[in-house]
Amino acid sequence: MSEHSPAIKISALNKWYDRFHALKDIDLTVSHGERIVICGPSGSGKSTLIRCVNSLEAHDSGTITVDGIEMKDAASIYDIRAEVGMVFQQFNLFPHLTILQNLTLGPMKARGLSRAEAEARAMGYLERVRIPDQAQKKPRELSGGQQQRVAIARSLCMEPKIMLFDEPTSALDPEMISEVLDVIVDLAEEGMTMLVVTHEMGFARRAADRMIFMDEGQIIETAPPEEFFGAPKSERCQKFLSQILQH
Amino acid sequence: MPRKTLWAIVLLFTLAGCSAAPGTWGWYVIDPTTPAGYNNIRFLLNGFGATILLSVIAAALSMTIGLLVALPGMSSNRWIRLPSRVYIEFIRAIPLLPMLFWVFYGLPVVLKSIGINVSIDAFWGAIITLAISDSAFTAEIYRSGIQSISKGQTEAAKTVGLTYGQTMRYVILPQAIRRILPPLANQFIYIVKMSAFASVIGMQELTRRANELVVTEYRPLEIYTLLILEYLVLVLVISFFVRWLERKMEADESR
Ligand SMILES: Nc1ncnc2c1ncn2[C@@H]1O[C@H](COP(=O)(O)OP(=O)(O)OP(=O)(O)O)[C@@H](O)[C@H]1O
Ligand SMILES: [Mg+2]
Repeated sequence: MSEHSPAIKISALNKWYDRFHALKDIDLTVSHGERIVICGPSGSGKSTLIRCVNSLEAHDSGTITVDGIEMKDAASIYDIRAEVGMVFQQFNLFPHLTILQNLTLGPMKARGLSRAEAEARAMGYLERVRIPDQAQKKPRELSGGQQQRVAIARSLCMEPKIMLFDEPTSALDPEMISEVLDVIVDLAEEGMTMLVVTHEMGFARRAADRMIFMDEGQIIETAPPEEFFGAPKSERCQKFLSQILQH
Repeated sequence: MPRKTLWAIVLLFTLAGCSAAPGTWGWYVIDPTTPAGYNNIRFLLNGFGATILLSVIAAALSMTIGLLVALPGMSSNRWIRLPSRVYIEFIRAIPLLPMLFWVFYGLPVVLKSIGINVSIDAFWGAIITLAISDSAFTAEIYRSGIQSISKGQTEAAKTVGLTYGQTMRYVILPQAIRRILPPLANQFIYIVKMSAFASVIGMQELTRRANELVVTEYRPLEIYTLLILEYLVLVLVISFFVRWLERKMEADESR
């Protein structure tokens, strides 16, 4: 909304699943155009954190402000979701619709675009993710890498200011990972604000402005990539990095 | 299944017909070649209209009520979920006949006491009872169908800005319908069979007509045999339809 407010401002965020304390006093400010990569061991709360940003998970205390909109009621959540796109590990394409229909559904129903406008926009984004020729197919006819690129295009069709990625390449065969990462790097270079949960450290070095390491529901360390990979401060982070960089 | 049932029934009746002593059967009572038999059989077959109309309206209502009960039943808020659960458990526990009596004789009294003066005739009394009784089951059919669609679909719909209603209409129900339609059509068989209870409050459908004719003709064996065959025809037609639907849905799924 305002150029002066940060893209995302999270303060004193807490989240419980019943008695399990999943997020503990999280503070995080993301400026416009910033690219953040979040990593950490399984169960550390990475998904929970980014899912709180567009309220796929409700938080229990603390405040979340997205582009100047404070998350409080259903109306503000709706407004925030209009600014935030999300890409899931499992793609979550709509299997009963064609690729083109997957891309036009949101713009037509939520934004009120005409079919022609929505289709023109959709074809534009399909070009960007380099699969315009698949528009009339059903999701199941595409490879995993293609499906994930469609999912990215589907989000972009809503013209969000912020993109969230939750392990976008973890469900992919190794040979398809780079085609998806390349699309995300393109987006980063165009200045999209993004939060990416991933263990692809090569990608992190290429695209991230800032690295965040989470463990047991807390942000343990946050630093620019050179510093993060060169001289991690905490012991837990050193251990985590040595484990995943071995592969 | 329907084909085997059909042969089993034909075999049963053939055996019954052949094994009985001469004079046991008196088909003259519904022999269409005699004027009296023709009138009788016409009287009986005319019940199809009421039975079918009753069942179709009750099923349509049940499908509507069932959806309205099922949707809040899947809310993440337990206070929204609760009334739906209570409705389903409560309605499922009531036998059809007592509910029919209550709706037909009791409900008008209740309505009158709160100032609504409507009489409920046998036709609508039966429809209301069948629809409500069946709606507990259709609600569960909707619920399991909708819950078979992964949570990721709802989440993706939210992230592209769809409202709850739009998510249901454009994303969830079109996928869930494949799981919902066949059991729903199957449930229609239940309604057709249970519609026979409408006879006890005076609704002139298939069963009532058979009862009335038995009283005047003293030929229960032939008349009730025909009655069973009438239901059999109805139910078999529906089951063939259900099986066709199931095959079609499967074919769509693998497409
Ligand atoms: N719906 C839920 N109900 C109960 N507990 C949950 C739920 N979702 C997540 N959790 C728990 O919260 C913790 C954090 O989960 P989260 O999915 O955020 O971890 P993560 O860092 O994304 O892990 P991964 O790398 O495995 O995806 C985990 O211990 C998980 O078991
Ligand atoms: Mg996760």
